[in-house]
Amino acid sequence: MPQSLFEKVWQAHAVRQLANGQTQLLIGTHLIHEVTSPQAFGMLRDMGIKVAMPHRTFATVDHIVPTDRQTEPFSDPLADEMIKELRRNCEEHNITYFDLGSGRQGIVHMVGPEQGITQPGTTIACGDSHTSTHGAFGAIALGIGSSQVRDVLATQTVSLSPLKVRRINVTGSLSAGVYAKDVILHIIRTLGVNGGTGYAYEYGGEVFDRFSMEERMTVCNMSIEGGARVGYVNPDATTFEYLKGRPYSPDGSAWDAAVERWKATASDADCTYDDVVTIKGEGIPPTVTWGINPGQGISVTENVPLPADASSDDERQSIVEALEYMKLPGGEPIKGTKIDVAFLGSCTNARLSDFQEVAKYLKGHRVAEGVKAIAVPGSQIVGELCKGLGIDQVFIDAGFEWREAGCSMCLAMNPDKLVGDQLCASSSNRNFKGRQGSPTGRTLLMSPVMVAAAAVNGAVADAREVFSVNN
Amino acid sequence: MGLEKFSQVSGRGVVVSGNDIDTDRIIPARFLKCVTFDALGEGLFADDRKAAAASGGAHPLDDDKYRGATIMLSGANFGCGSSREHAPQAIRKFGVRAIIAENYAEIFFGNSTNIGLPCVSATRESIQQIAAAVAANPKIEITIDLEGEVIRYGDESVALTMPGSARDALIKGRWDTIAELLEGANAVTATAAGLPYIASTD
Repeated sequence: MPQSLFEKVWQAHAVRQLANGQTQLLIGTHLIHEVTSPQAFGMLRDMGIKVAMPHRTFATVDHIVPTDRQTEPFSDPLADEMIKELRRNCEEHNITYFDLGSGRQGIVHMVGPEQGITQPGTTIACGDSHTSTHGAFGAIALGIGSSQVRDVLATQTVSLSPLKVRRINVTGSLSAGVYAKDVILHIIRTLGVNGGTGYAYEYGGEVFDRFSMEERMTVCNMSIEGGARVGYVNPDATTFEYLKGRPYSPDGSAWDAAVERWKATASDADCTYDDVVTIKGEGIPPTVTWGINPGQGISVTENVPLPADASSDDERQSIVEALEYMKLPGGEPIKGTKIDVAFLGSCTNARLSDFQEVAKYLKGHRVAEGVKAIAVPGSQIVGELCKGLGIDQVFIDAGFEWREAGCSMCLAMNPDKLVGDQLCASSSNRNFKGRQGSPTGRTLLMSPVMVAAAAVNGAVADAREVFSVNN
Repeated sequence: MGLEKFSQVSGRGVVVSGNDIDTDRIIPARFLKCVTFDALGEGLFADDRKAAAASGGAHPLDDDKYRGATIMLSGANFGCGSSREHAPQAIRKFGVRAIIAENYAEIFFGNSTNIGLPCVSATRESIQQIAAAVAANPKIEITIDLEGEVIRYGDESVALTMPGSARDALIKGRWDTIAELLEGANAVTATAAGLPYIASTD
């Protein structure tokens, strides 16, 4: 019977059925970081258990790392304790750890792909909801809580029920100035922030066929913002091309065998899905969020909604709550909304192509007076590649601060935080109340090029106008 | 070792209203700078509580009327966003023993079940009725009867729903699956042997 990738990978990793009716699912690759693993290691210690498969466990440090200077000791003693704890746990359990001095440190969802650890047909778990990023390679990759991190450390498995699969086709092509970020913001706007509950999202169609791996990662990354714990793209020549020659990729004859296996994991052409959604690529606009969840997005040319525009009581209530928090009147264009901070970074959009694309347009422009603009590469490798290409200098010349690798102001567990009710144009993934480090801070999510347009304009702007985008 | 069996959970209620309450609101990121979950209770809804106090009011969690409440009521898509287990841990450390909401984000629900924090669902109307009863009499006792699949408060009762696997695990005291997962070690080895990327130690 024809099967989807999800079904094939699930079947290959299903160990047995548990008494609660769930499946004991083998996790082939476990990624860990400093925030959600120390409690799990503590539980392991209490139980007197060692890590089951240290060779399938990989660690890095990302959330708490200062990006102005990565040197230890950190000024924050709590952050300092966390990195020491991670180092200690990795040493004790013989786990590969991409530390600050390795040249390979970065946001955990960047490190896996860069190292070739993230591979098609595998299962990947990490104590972080944006683990769905790795699905771009045709893996089942899911975020787990710390007790499940303990389960994976101790047994290399989790207890889980299978998901339904929704195929999301994006057909045709994208208009100039529309990016992968706009695609996922549009999907979430269309299907809702909880539309994906119980589903894995399989993304496909002409737009995804043409997408680079980095673009696919941007979309898969935000699956969870649509409620879907897992999002993936079927592996193809683009996937294999990306993986070839990476440190943990198979090589020699093992490479050819792996590619054959990977090809076979893709969804069969005639498989059935629990749901199918088709979206026209041409209909996706450059999208900006105006509210307090990632589903509250509009085209940059639209007006912020008014409570009266709502189609249900729930929606009306959430518009009222969002407008109040965002201090926006509603009914007016989002374009022209003054910003205080521009943040280009996060596991959604801090890869080489993101900085390359922005640099293309940023040359000759200056960040507007009064705007604090920071560019934070997602990994040390991306930082180095940008330096090699002179991209960092383009940002610095334009008035951006060029930083070192980490999660930074996406969730502000390090010193990069909004102050008071600052409004931030952000390439990150969440616009929740208080997300960027100030309880009253405000976030507008958008693509990296739109962040740059807002930065040079001092206000939300249509990048197609600011930069005469016509790619 | 015997895990707690949750056939019933009883206590007073506190209502934290709203839909799409995300885990950043439940426990803001600055409280995640810790290597154990022990001190998380004080961070629960910290920013919402501070904002309520600053505007001269009191957040329900700080309102004397509801002090000691162990059952929290809320809206739809509760616990969306980050996978941080710190969120259900903070709720439990604060003293809450069970949650009643319309529905939950998937990861939050799983994390809560795994630590023995029952999250039951009820219709919006049912939740509004219970909330009204709590507002009228904060001392009213609410009983979540997982076996009977009802929520009782005063002389009233409403239906609750919960996925069978979670309900069963909570009732039978099997919500923490680590022991059973460990028992499967041989089967795990066998499954791993068939997967080259796991089997090879390169």
